[in-house]
Amino acid sequence: MRPDAYAITIILLAATVESGTILLFPIIGEILTERSGILNLGIEGMMIIGALVGFATAFITGQIYWAFFMGMLAGGLASLIHAFISITLRGNQVVSGLALSIFGLGVTNFYGQEFVNLQLAHTVPQVIIPGLSQIPFFGSILFKQDYMVYLSYILVIITWFILFKTKTGIQLRAVGQNAQAADAMGVNVYKVRYFWTFFGGLMAGAGGAYLTLNCAPFWLDGITAGRGWVAIALVIFARWNPPYALIGAYLFGAINALQFQLQSMGTTIPSALLSMQPYFLTFILIIVATLLVKAKHIGVPKELGIPYAREEK
Amino acid sequence: MGEIVLQAKNISKHFPGVLANDHINFDLRKGEIHTLLGENGAGKTTLMNILDGIYYPDEGEIYLNGKKVDIRSPFEATKNGIGMIHQHFMLVDTLTVLENVVLGLESQGFYLDKKNISEKIAEISKNYNLDINPYAKIWQLSVGEQQRVEIIKTLFRGVKILIMDEPTAVLTPQEADSLFKILRRMIKEDKSIIFISHKLDEVMKISDRITVLRKGKLVGTVDKKEINQKELAKMMVGREVLFRLDRNPIRRKGEVLKIEDLETHNDKGIKILKGVNFSIHGGEIFGLAGVSGNGQKELAEVIVGLRRAIAGKVYIKGEEVTNLCPKAITKEGTNYIPPDRLKVGLVPNLSTVENAILRRYDREPISRGIFLNYEEAAKYTRELIKQFNIMVPRENVPVKFLSGGNLQKLILAREIREEPALLIAVHPSRGLDVGATEFIRKKLLEERDQGVAILLISEDLEELLMISDRIGVIYEGEIVGMVDIDSANINEIGLMMAGVHKNPLLKGEENVKV
Ligand SMILES: Nc1ncnc2c1ncn2[C@@H]1O[C@H](COP(=O)(O)OP(=O)(O)O)[C@@H](O)[C@H]1O
Ligand SMILES: [Mg+2]
Repeated sequence: MRPDAYAITIILLAATVESGTILLFPIIGEILTERSGILNLGIEGMMIIGALVGFATAFITGQIYWAFFMGMLAGGLASLIHAFISITLRGNQVVSGLALSIFGLGVTNFYGQEFVNLQLAHTVPQVIIPGLSQIPFFGSILFKQDYMVYLSYILVIITWFILFKTKTGIQLRAVGQNAQAADAMGVNVYKVRYFWTFFGGLMAGAGGAYLTLNCAPFWLDGITAGRGWVAIALVIFARWNPPYALIGAYLFGAINALQFQLQSMGTTIPSALLSMQPYFLTFILIIVATLLVKAKHIGVPKELGIPYAREEK
Repeated sequence: MGEIVLQAKNISKHFPGVLANDHINFDLRKGEIHTLLGENGAGKTTLMNILDGIYYPDEGEIYLNGKKVDIRSPFEATKNGIGMIHQHFMLVDTLTVLENVVLGLESQGFYLDKKNISEKIAEISKNYNLDINPYAKIWQLSVGEQQRVEIIKTLFRGVKILIMDEPTAVLTPQEADSLFKILRRMIKEDKSIIFISHKLDEVMKISDRITVLRKGKLVGTVDKKEINQKELAKMMVGREVLFRLDRNPIRRKGEVLKIEDLETHNDKGIKILKGVNFSIHGGEIFGLAGVSGNGQKELAEVIVGLRRAIAGKVYIKGEEVTNLCPKAITKEGTNYIPPDRLKVGLVPNLSTVENAILRRYDREPISRGIFLNYEEAAKYTRELIKQFNIMVPRENVPVKFLSGGNLQKLILAREIREEPALLIAVHPSRGLDVGATEFIRKKLLEERDQGVAILLISEDLEELLMISDRIGVIYEGEIVGMVDIDSANINEIGLMMAGVHKNPLLKGEENVKV
């Protein structure tokens, strides 16, 4: 490979990871939320709330990490609306989730007015990990990133570990697979569902904040551009297993990065057509996933979307 | 016998429209097997769910070893040494045996020490003869094995009081016997067992004392030694019970259904029928026995067109109907009483009238072009209601509010009125009270006398022996035995159901004397 082609590849792949991280957070969150039996279609809304809160905090205080945390927290708080409706009130989860998405877009549209077209002075700083970043090729892609990206790596491992190796994971999976049995065995179904729905909200908020703090450090209405919906689709692609979320998120990130690269190189392909590619890819991934998940009952949490009440028949 | 360990006083529990428990008193002694006997809907499960903390009583108190307790959840029940094995197992089928055993246990650390846990499970297995692989996923296990997992779960938690809700309903007679051995072993170790059943013979076999419930009320508690089966039946039903149905001699007609080397997949994509062969003649009831999950359900679905056959053929009156759509198969004269009344048999939120006309809404006189003739539909429904003695509050009430017996009568009426050549009935009397059960069985016999070929799929051996003319046994997707009713023997059938005995002489017709 010629040196400049090599360099471009590295830059592209590093951008892939960054762009993929925006999705990786919410996908992981939604995987665990859905594992508990709650379908939260409000990711788009929680992400954009996280994006605005993160951006505004950074803009006002200049504290990037503090801003990330606030964005995350905002997503978490937003998810509690959905948790209350679907767990406590046993409402329709599809309707509640859609409402949350619409709410998120509306609310940020309103409160974001004064930030439109403003830019952040600083984005998330790069943190090079000594040692690991020296690994040829991969080192420059994976370990010359920032703390949020490293956090996402750790989350993939931790959530996988929790799901399959711990007591907490068994409870989570049991609640999503057979809430009645879990209840009969003394697991507090409501508590588990609240907790993991909140966790999903935190993650969606994190994804949104990472978007405005790093990848697109300015504010625009609807800046998440449907990424929340893509995340929901990629949960299916990941078959509710965190490590597979990496593949989906980074594939999406790669297309995104490539599209930006092509645009900046001045291609003749219309930009609208290019921007469509990631969403087109989502469709293909879903089809692939659906074909893969042929032994269907093994993947989908059986209680997904079904409210639980102890004395109901 | 030991002292009283558990006492329930004046327990009452309402559900919308029913008083499921009406001031029930019940006590349990140390080291006894105390049976709770009653028909379906008598309130047995409700009472036990209250002891297990799943339901909270409207009224009444529970005492453990003389101390009043307030059990608010299954978790607290476990802490008090009470464990319950539900009729529908409380197992998470995508988790392993080991994971199910530790689910909900406080004593486990955050990280699961699987090696340590599996050693403990192995010890319990050895002690009680409960052979199981701790790393198997629940969905891979047979029903009998799943029950063992449930027992291990309670032993692992060290329960002193074990409640088993109709544990033998899903077992072969032999499996039931080995369960009884396990239960006897447990009471030797001073555990106490509440055993729920409505099968009188096994109640007489296993119990020390028996408490009878009827329609939510306590009928009484008796010592096993002081009562016989007939008196028990009377206590349970409130009247004399017929143990036999009169049956006319068989008048076999031409062949109606013929199945050749039939194979199909189940929902998990695993081959569940592995070359099934048999045929049924007009005027006979062919009973198919087997433990659930051996392919019965799938067999019925393939015949009526709800599931694709991957190999083999189905003929009705000589015409091949394999993999035709359900409507075409119905046209050939096949009607179906599915195992699940409210999921497959009826549309829960539609009214009695709308459900009654599901087979003929598209035909004159109920159909009038693109319109429905509601008058005709109601007239037809009233006919069915009268003829089959169906109790409906009002014709326009959603059927989900009818009782099980009336739902089943409605389905039976709708299907029989189509004058089928072949009627497939899957668990037609499951969950019904004695009256409705008798009614359904009599109707099936009437249809048989009219010359209809009937495939009766049931897990209730008594039912099969009572009304079938021939009995086939299905095991792991194959017919492993076929006997004429006159030579049928319950033990032999039980062994075939467990896959122990095979009757190699099978290929369709050998056993049929026309
Ligand atoms: N969760 C529930 N909601 C409404 N009705 C119920 C519920 N559980 C039981 N019932 C009703 O209470 C009565 C007793 O039911 P159950 O205790 O299950 O009887 P059994 O176990 O003796 O067959 C039945 O009429 C049943 O329909
Ligand atoms: Mg019951």
